[in-house]
Amino acid sequence: MITMNKVSKWYGKAQVLKNCSAEIAKGEVVVVCGPSGSGKSTLIKCVNGLEPFNEGTIIVDGISIGDPKTSLPKLRARIGMVFQHFELFPHLSVIRNLSLAQIKVLGRDEKAAIENGMRLLDRVGLHEHAEKFPGQLSGGQQQRVAIARALAMDPIAMLFDEPTSALDPEMIQEVLDVMVALAKDGMTMIVVTHEMGFARKVANRVIFMDKGEIVEDAPTADFFGKPRSERAQLFLSKILQH
Amino acid sequence: MFSNIDWDVIVRSLPYLFFDGMRFTVILTLLATAGGIVIGTLLALMRLSGIPALALLAGAYVNLIRSMPLVLVIFWFYFLVPYIGQWATGAERPIQVGAFWSVLVTFTLFEAAYFCEIMRAGIQSISHGQAQAAQALGMTYPTAMGYIILPQAFRNMVPVLLTQTIILFQDTSLVYVISVTDFLGAASKIAQRDGRLVEMYLFAAIVYFAISLAASHFVRRLQHRIAIIR
Repeated sequence: MITMNKVSKWYGKAQVLKNCSAEIAKGEVVVVCGPSGSGKSTLIKCVNGLEPFNEGTIIVDGISIGDPKTSLPKLRARIGMVFQHFELFPHLSVIRNLSLAQIKVLGRDEKAAIENGMRLLDRVGLHEHAEKFPGQLSGGQQQRVAIARALAMDPIAMLFDEPTSALDPEMIQEVLDVMVALAKDGMTMIVVTHEMGFARKVANRVIFMDKGEIVEDAPTADFFGKPRSERAQLFLSKILQH
Repeated sequence: MFSNIDWDVIVRSLPYLFFDGMRFTVILTLLATAGGIVIGTLLALMRLSGIPALALLAGAYVNLIRSMPLVLVIFWFYFLVPYIGQWATGAERPIQVGAFWSVLVTFTLFEAAYFCEIMRAGIQSISHGQAQAAQALGMTYPTAMGYIILPQAFRNMVPVLLTQTIILFQDTSLVYVISVTDFLGAASKIAQRDGRLVEMYLFAAIVYFAISLAASHFVRRLQHRIAIIR
């Protein structure tokens, strides 16, 4: 469903993505990991066109991202994205956060949008917080709202950009639980994360990146069992110590 | 000096001062603020558009206006616009726009430059992640601006916007240079006519002070009410 072919990107002279190729099939859950600054976030932001890239192609559901004729807003409406810092709209209530894009982008009527929003709030366990503002919720709750907001658009795939990195430790689990449930429901997901427990539990594949390159792309069991590259071994030994 | 003060002159001229003078001052302030915010926001969007031609145009306009004394612009507009209108429409005589419209346009365009910089700062105060989140939901640029970025930018900037409006309220007194009667102008006329300079100018000062002070108190209270919960 998502095909990246030799994607490269430069910031000025610094190359941040080097010939990245990967294929994500429908219903697959792929975890992207690697040291900070390795280009993981940049890569998934290329998938929905939030970051432009200089070379290569990315095809999502048959539509080319780099093609100037592609309507990026239309495509983005079909790909959900969850950010490290939640990025809920602080001036809007939780339910308005969920319904606004449904109304303005998908053209749903307000009643249907709110109903759909409430159903998703229910799903992430925040039904009673609908009228609150994001600033009144904890980090974990905000991130669950952000996931519900993305789901409200009925996306064909979900991108997660370090969804638990900005959370206090005791709130990480509640967010991961929502993501695990989503994966079990068959959602296509690309997840940038350091949560190796999550990767082990639900990922079909793990992509390991370093210095802008995809160093390893292996089935989860293989990746944790016997990573082929030295860099991945080193990374895993550091991250799995504790 | 205060022995032959006649406070009664103020009472006698109250209807004229307020229904003619103050009404003009308030209407000019409100309309110029509203127009200035709209045009200023558009200018700010141009400056931040990333399109060099638009950014340059808006930047040049803002810098030009901000480096000119307001009195000069008022003068310039009032005396030159009729000729520009004549040239543009090919009419036989200079186009008379009337003093009110002339000063309204002048103040609106002048304030737009200041509101542009305020709104620009406001838009830049919103984190880039907010724009990305809006985009990621499929919102187009106008939708993201109209529903996500500008409402937050505007709220962050309300105190500064209203402070600028209070300054504008005082600056409207400059319309005296083209003999338009605002509140100060009205007070001044009575002062000259009745030879009551001390009383009238003192009273005018008190009124400006009272209104400006009350307005800034209102701004402070409003600030608490509309603040975004974080």
